[in-house]
Amino acid sequence: MTKQVQQLDRVIIRFAGDSGDGMQLTGDRFTQETATFGNDLSTLPNFPAEIRAPAGTLPGVSSFQLHFADHDILTPGDAPDVLVAMNPAALKANLADLPRGADIIANTDEFTKRNLLKVGFEANPLEDGSLSGYQLHAIPITSITVKALEGLAVSKKDAERAKNMFALGMLCWLYNRPAEGTLRFLESKFGSRPEIMKANITAFQAGWNYGETTEEFSVQYEVKPAALPPGLYRNITGNTALAYGLVSAAHLAGLPLFLGSYPITPASDILHELSKLKRFGVRTFQAEDEIGGVGAALGASFGGSLGVTTTSGPGMALKAETIGLAVAVELPLVVCDIQRAGPSTGMPTKTEQGDLLMALYGRNGESPLVVLAPATPGDCFDTAIEATRIAVKYRTPVIILSDGYLANGSEPWRVPELAELPDVSAEFSFAAPDELNAAAVEAGASPPGFMPFQRDPATLARPWAVPGTPGLEHRIGGIEKADGIGTISYDPDNHDRMVRLRQAKIDGIAADIPPLEVDDPDGNARVLVLGWGSTYGSIGAAVRRVRLTGASVAHAHLRHLSPFPANLGEVLKRYDKVLVPEINLGQLALILRGRYLVDVISYNRVRGLPFRAAELSRVIQDVITNA
Amino acid sequence: MPDLASTVPAANGHGRRRAALTLVPHATEHLATRDFKSDQEVRWCPGCGDYAILAAFQSFLPDLDVPRENVVVISGIGCSSRLPYYVNSYGMHSIHGRAPAIATGLASSRQDLSVWVITGDGDALSIGGNHLIHALRRNVNIKIMLFNNRIYGLTKGQYSPTSEQGKITKSSPMGSLERPFNPLSLALGAEASFVARTIDSDRKHLTSVLAAAADHRGAAFIEIYQNCPIFNDDAFAPLTEPGSREQRVVRLEHGQPIRFGPDGSRGLRFGPLGALEAVDVAESGEDGLLVHDAHVTDPSYAFALSRLDSADFVHTPIGIFRQVSRPSYDDSMAAQLDDARTEQGPGDLAALLAGSDTWRVG
Repeated sequence: MTKQVQQLDRVIIRFAGDSGDGMQLTGDRFTQETATFGNDLSTLPNFPAEIRAPAGTLPGVSSFQLHFADHDILTPGDAPDVLVAMNPAALKANLADLPRGADIIANTDEFTKRNLLKVGFEANPLEDGSLSGYQLHAIPITSITVKALEGLAVSKKDAERAKNMFALGMLCWLYNRPAEGTLRFLESKFGSRPEIMKANITAFQAGWNYGETTEEFSVQYEVKPAALPPGLYRNITGNTALAYGLVSAAHLAGLPLFLGSYPITPASDILHELSKLKRFGVRTFQAEDEIGGVGAALGASFGGSLGVTTTSGPGMALKAETIGLAVAVELPLVVCDIQRAGPSTGMPTKTEQGDLLMALYGRNGESPLVVLAPATPGDCFDTAIEATRIAVKYRTPVIILSDGYLANGSEPWRVPELAELPDVSAEFSFAAPDELNAAAVEAGASPPGFMPFQRDPATLARPWAVPGTPGLEHRIGGIEKADGIGTISYDPDNHDRMVRLRQAKIDGIAADIPPLEVDDPDGNARVLVLGWGSTYGSIGAAVRRVRLTGASVAHAHLRHLSPFPANLGEVLKRYDKVLVPEINLGQLALILRGRYLVDVISYNRVRGLPFRAAELSRVIQDVITNA
Repeated sequence: MPDLASTVPAANGHGRRRAALTLVPHATEHLATRDFKSDQEVRWCPGCGDYAILAAFQSFLPDLDVPRENVVVISGIGCSSRLPYYVNSYGMHSIHGRAPAIATGLASSRQDLSVWVITGDGDALSIGGNHLIHALRRNVNIKIMLFNNRIYGLTKGQYSPTSEQGKITKSSPMGSLERPFNPLSLALGAEASFVARTIDSDRKHLTSVLAAAADHRGAAFIEIYQNCPIFNDDAFAPLTEPGSREQRVVRLEHGQPIRFGPDGSRGLRFGPLGALEAVDVAESGEDGLLVHDAHVTDPSYAFALSRLDSADFVHTPIGIFRQVSRPSYDDSMAAQLDDARTEQGPGDLAALLAGSDTWRVG
């Protein structure tokens, strides 16, 4: 039966079910097929911290939202066009986000009296007319799946578990997604268990055929590939991009990569990814605790490796003292903080931008370092390379502030050619002791030997003298060091000088980073929206919406948060109003006000989720109206 | 700059290599004690046991037959942890309790280095207890020298995790309520592969234990009883003073009968339920008296030895309690990298970045 094909320019689908229903896998596979098809896309996985919350309850709902389009898009979308609800809890938890007219595909088998009561439905919403404002597709997904698998050598439980593949098959038919990748994936995933593989493939095909043959869906949709810049593309999550960026950066720098890490949500996937890359010479060390992880990374850096540690907020709190040591001994160290909702344990699987002030200032003493924030999942790759470049060149810890949304969200990513990656060359000690001594003798002074805190005049970086190098033996430590020779010093003026030198070294990096670019297409904007980190997509989408109304607004996004780009102050003063949306209570705004004396306007929502474009566009409109 | 990609030194004509140092280059010139003395003024209190340990360490280091630049000393915080400043090699005076973690990262990424950790009873057993037991459990190729003076010295005299119960200190004017750790029992509980005890004032014994530790591939744990003349003077006097020490110190030597006391008149044997007891040989006869075996795989015997020691030093064994061979962490880590390359070929970065699901635009 050939069905009518309707063209759409973009679609937002949300798969929702119990945390044991395989919704993340379903979403991942749909995303992969969509990426391979050539749409632009953006995803938002949203799941509970509990591995298996009580079945059928609201806290146990896990969802995966995917936005795909025939043009470039910036966010996973505000409101789903389609909700796949595998049980009543999934419907209840997500219904408020659905606009009227949206499609709801519900698994009727799970809408039992007991399950309905668990989430407070008095009557069955699939039957009582309460969903009449939506396009409801009530389909007994579990029982059709079980029936389709009759005759296969799988238990009833395993047959029921394949229902997510039925739903995936159905959605793949509905949106004209290719199926080959998923079939290949299932063959490889269940290669050692052929009967389970057969069951999942059969369920997927049954779902596809169900869409094609039943009258439930009268039209099939098509979203044409997007016109992305030419190149080879893949889909990538922020955590994978960060891991690959670190491996690439170590390769570019000619340094062995050493990761010291302790498992923590949502950062663990970086540890998992890097631990698979031993063939690249990557050493991964799962430490006894967060402090051990960063300590080992710093020890490896002392030995001439690129030392990296990965964590999230609670782990950052524990690592603070060691990061301070890295500031004091001036060794390269890359610290990846995949921020999550806080304080304390907070909401481990939910996103937030609450660690900015901790990253900048959360150590004892004057303890300046470099802070960077990626803007998109793919940008995590470039940010890892930039972090390494700065850490190695300036012998400083660099903190990367990613977050849960970037970590697990994905987007199409143009795979870079190795030749186009930036230069991250690592120079070790730049002054041989013989030359120093000769220079001293020439100046009439006694030869000082090797001076571990003799600074490069251009970068103010000290030598990175690696154990095993003859003639450069030296001791470093957390105690204040005499300028130049690096021995213990309690001299008051020396301390003042060293405090200023450490700050000047970080401040000076501003001359070695790109100026802040402002997107202000017509040049008429009086309002600047300034963001940092993962809000890039939401702000960008909101700005586009506002511009579609004919209004002018400028957008700039900070990747370098310490030091700031040299032109930031000038950019801020160019606009009548500066709006700073953040998923915290105004941490960047506080710094901008303090440093530049600009009365920026904060917009803050701290819900554990990215901003919605619609919400931000209203806020921007308000600021423009009042400008 | 050493070639980090290839940390295995070429074989040369030197004699047998110490096990911990098989991947560390040989010294190219003969080094002397003075070569390991830095130009820094040593700033411990007069009479501190740390001086003796530093001197023994500096005079022992040339025997390692390792270039000075391949020796790294890493410490935490406390009086003892100042030691790296006085040794002319590479060193890091780090933060409180974290030296084993930092040394783990260094040793497991640089097998061409001889890595020593200097720590104290507060540093290793209180704030850094977690890193210590895990470094021992993993068997990282580091040598840990724990200076145990049973007191917090640098903070001016509070009780430490090895202070005896009831000890009067600035922070325990009515006596410490806490039962002390037995550092060796703790290390053996973590199944450390090399566990020894020595005393600051016995230079010869101290040096022999350091040499044995350097000869051990994996983590070596050395407890050194160290006198703090200011805040806990004479804490170990029963073990060092003539007349008393002969009665109390039990010297352990692998393969030798364990005998102590005047003319070796006393020995050790297992009592009921596996505890060790000291006996008069004349009364008990020589049957069943222990012959020391540091190489027993099961740590129970070494643990029983460690329990002989109590706060009042009735019988205090010194020497190597346990020395067993098991893979060191850094060797295993390096082997995994080699295996990965053998099985999967060397890493292909372009192939990694592209992955398996790609599409081309334009």
